[in-house]
Amino acid sequence: MRAGAYDVVIVGAGIVGAACAWACASEGLRVAVIEADIIGGGATGAGMGHLVVMDDSKAQFALTRYSRSLWQQLVTELPGDVEYESCGTIWVAADQEEMEAVRQKKEFYETRGVPAEMLDAKALRMAEPNLREGLAGGLRVPGDAVIYAPCAARFFIERAQSRGAELYLPRVVTGITAEGVRLNDGTVIAAHRVVNAAGTWSPMLTPGIEVKKRKGHLVITERYAGFVKHQLVELGYLKSAHSMTTESVAFNVQPRRTGQMLIGSSRQFDMEGKGVDANILRRMLGRAAEFLPGVNRLSAIRSWTGFRAATPDKLPLIGPWPGHENLFLATGHEGLGITTSLGTAKLLVDQLLRRTSEIPIAPYLPSRVPESVHA
Amino acid sequence: MNNSRRSFDVLVVGAGPAGIAAACCAAQAGVRVGIVDNNARPGGQIWRGETQDSNVADAADWLRKLASSRAEILAPMEVFAQPEAGRLTATSSDGVCELGYKKLILCTGARERFLPFPGWTLPNVMGAGGLQAVVKSGMDIAGKKVILAGSGPLLLAVGAHLRAHGADVRTIAEQAPWSRLIRFGMALASRGRKISQALQLKKRLSRIAFRAGCWVVAAEGDGKVESVTLRTVHKTWREPCDYLACGFHLVPNTELASLLGCELRGGFVRTDEFQQSSVSGIYCAGEPTGIGGLELSIAEGQIAGFAAAGQRERAQEYFGEQKSQRRFSMALERAFMLRDELRPLASAETIVCRCEDVKFGRLREQSSWRAAKLQTRCGMGPCQGRICGPAVEFLFGWKAESARPPIFPVAVESLAATACAE
Amino acid sequence: MPKAFSVTVNGAQVDATEDMTALAAILLSGTTTLRRSVSGEQRGALCGMGVCFECRVTINGEHHCRSCQIRCAQEMDIRTDE
Repeated sequence: MRAGAYDVVIVGAGIVGAACAWACASEGLRVAVIEADIIGGGATGAGMGHLVVMDDSKAQFALTRYSRSLWQQLVTELPGDVEYESCGTIWVAADQEEMEAVRQKKEFYETRGVPAEMLDAKALRMAEPNLREGLAGGLRVPGDAVIYAPCAARFFIERAQSRGAELYLPRVVTGITAEGVRLNDGTVIAAHRVVNAAGTWSPMLTPGIEVKKRKGHLVITERYAGFVKHQLVELGYLKSAHSMTTESVAFNVQPRRTGQMLIGSSRQFDMEGKGVDANILRRMLGRAAEFLPGVNRLSAIRSWTGFRAATPDKLPLIGPWPGHENLFLATGHEGLGITTSLGTAKLLVDQLLRRTSEIPIAPYLPSRVPESVHA
Repeated sequence: MNNSRRSFDVLVVGAGPAGIAAACCAAQAGVRVGIVDNNARPGGQIWRGETQDSNVADAADWLRKLASSRAEILAPMEVFAQPEAGRLTATSSDGVCELGYKKLILCTGARERFLPFPGWTLPNVMGAGGLQAVVKSGMDIAGKKVILAGSGPLLLAVGAHLRAHGADVRTIAEQAPWSRLIRFGMALASRGRKISQALQLKKRLSRIAFRAGCWVVAAEGDGKVESVTLRTVHKTWREPCDYLACGFHLVPNTELASLLGCELRGGFVRTDEFQQSSVSGIYCAGEPTGIGGLELSIAEGQIAGFAAAGQRERAQEYFGEQKSQRRFSMALERAFMLRDELRPLASAETIVCRCEDVKFGRLREQSSWRAAKLQTRCGMGPCQGRICGPAVEFLFGWKAESARPPIFPVAVESLAATACAE
Repeated sequence: MPKAFSVTVNGAQVDATEDMTALAAILLSGTTTLRRSVSGEQRGALCGMGVCFECRVTINGEHHCRSCQIRCAQEMDIRTDE
């Protein structure tokens, strides 16, 4: 293809870049994806891979609900290695105070068309016998799911390629210019539009965007099919996700299709090193064992870390970057990039084609003035 | 779960020949020494099952020296993490043990290299050293038809051992051609000790078909191996067997060294002449620094032991032996280099990663080890790539990544216990 | 002489000593398949030294035990995961 022939160059083949590539190619746009490393090699490969509706803010709820519905429409087409499991989520309430929050959460979800089911203490025990006794109950959100995200990203790229998109890999973008992008070997790939979907690397290419690295730790076990049946999250999870300055841990365990348990989660700002922090591991695993005592005896086979691309208001940056006519962003998805990749791709394409989106775009536009975090 | 804590001036990880030598020398220098091993008794793989009364002179000697030294033997215990510099954590039968150290000597030995070929995942296809270890730990091999195939001096040693236990050893198939073995034999001839060992072996192996330039191309059987297809450049044939024991020379165990940040070069831990790694205070001796056999391991262990205990002059006394044995190590590497014919043995359907059942055909589509891990889960199972990693490196040239804790699977509570600072 | 006793392999009694590994006891019982792989293949022991994890069995109710690294003990109950 002749240089300058691309309508859109997408920087980054994480799940967000991959979904954007597929969405753009599906609209008949001539697309190139440029990836410095491998498909899904950043947060996509390091994260848990949940498809969840979250209610941290109304805007987050709108985007996650929209995106989850897009995933549900796609289920039958997903290849086996994406390992889609419609296990649902249970938000676990430790005490009566949290049960009150569960009631509010249920109302919030149901009035917005997302089914959710209250579980009292007994129903919770029935649903998840390995949870400790004495928990107050929980909220089951049956439509949530988990996937193996790196293969989903690859599937999106393959779909994009089948519609003419081209993948440059491994090629490193060193700069975004008015003409397109410049690679580290001096090559210029010309394009009318550039989408920065480089996740935690996005601020290096677009100085000024407010994306910071937020480190997370995860541990995976051997196979213990049926040990838990739902994704389990403590209700206090959002409190942990909120703390912007300190390091925090929260109970979050996922059953994988393989039978393995994925144990999280932790959040740390201002950490550059990829090393596994023994103290974080201790706190994170200790928290998991408080809810799920039997987890202690499971065999842990691996721990690792990864970085989320976090924004100050917990919402991604989707749309044109002010002051640069040809530059669009699709980054800053923090811990929700897997869920929101499909919604992001739709919103981005709508922006590129100047169409109206199915959900209001304003909260995600890079030009927004952040509203209060508590919507 | 009980957690205990010990501290040592010099801690040795691995109680094979290198580790035993290191611990004995360090203890001789008068410092507080601990030696950890994941087997119940010291000896490593090569001296598995030997005792102080063994008729294997080296083994008896060194095991006696270790027993009478003041080194504390910590076994069975498996090191899985280093929560902070100077402190390792290990699992033992009664919980997690924290092992503090001022100087550390890594003597983590080697394992067999396995190459995938059709049928290699059948029960009773085992490592050569693997089958030997199982026989040493109580399995009855008497009267069983055994074929050994692969590469390296271990095949002969195992063949002799199995035969002594009554096995019907049918064939030993060494992939290296005669031309290289003869050159290697001449190099041996300059070393009285090695050649006499080799002659003894030959005697114990009389009437066993030893074929050089011969390799396994497939194993067949229903539920377990029943026959093996062997090949030379001239012909291909099938032989019946009860066990196929194969190993394609050795690969070093460098996971702990990697975890601790020691620099590797060509897959081996890089050390200075005192066996100190790129990380100050961490030494390495034996196979992880280069596959060189028993004598080199012992020489390196002695150097590391004395050097770590601050007695550099005494360490220097073994430099001559270290240097001469390293030449043997290089000859070994040249002689048993893997032939290219071993690369295309796996078919698209052959499993390469045995933990996750990843087939060769899927791996062939990947661009790197990381991509393979992420897209196929190759190397992501409990063995953490120890078996498929060296195979994949030989097949595709992909190098494994750095190690992360735990370097062996451990209970979640043990991993959680890694940071209980006081 | 090491102490002799018996262990149970898939419900059958096998004579053992404390010098024997659980793996040796399993093989002495005539069992060659130790586990089913993730795609259902029959697998036996490979490395014999605790690194390959092919010899994982259930010992005294605990899953995923490396039988080559565990010594027999009185009343040990070993189950292969066929």
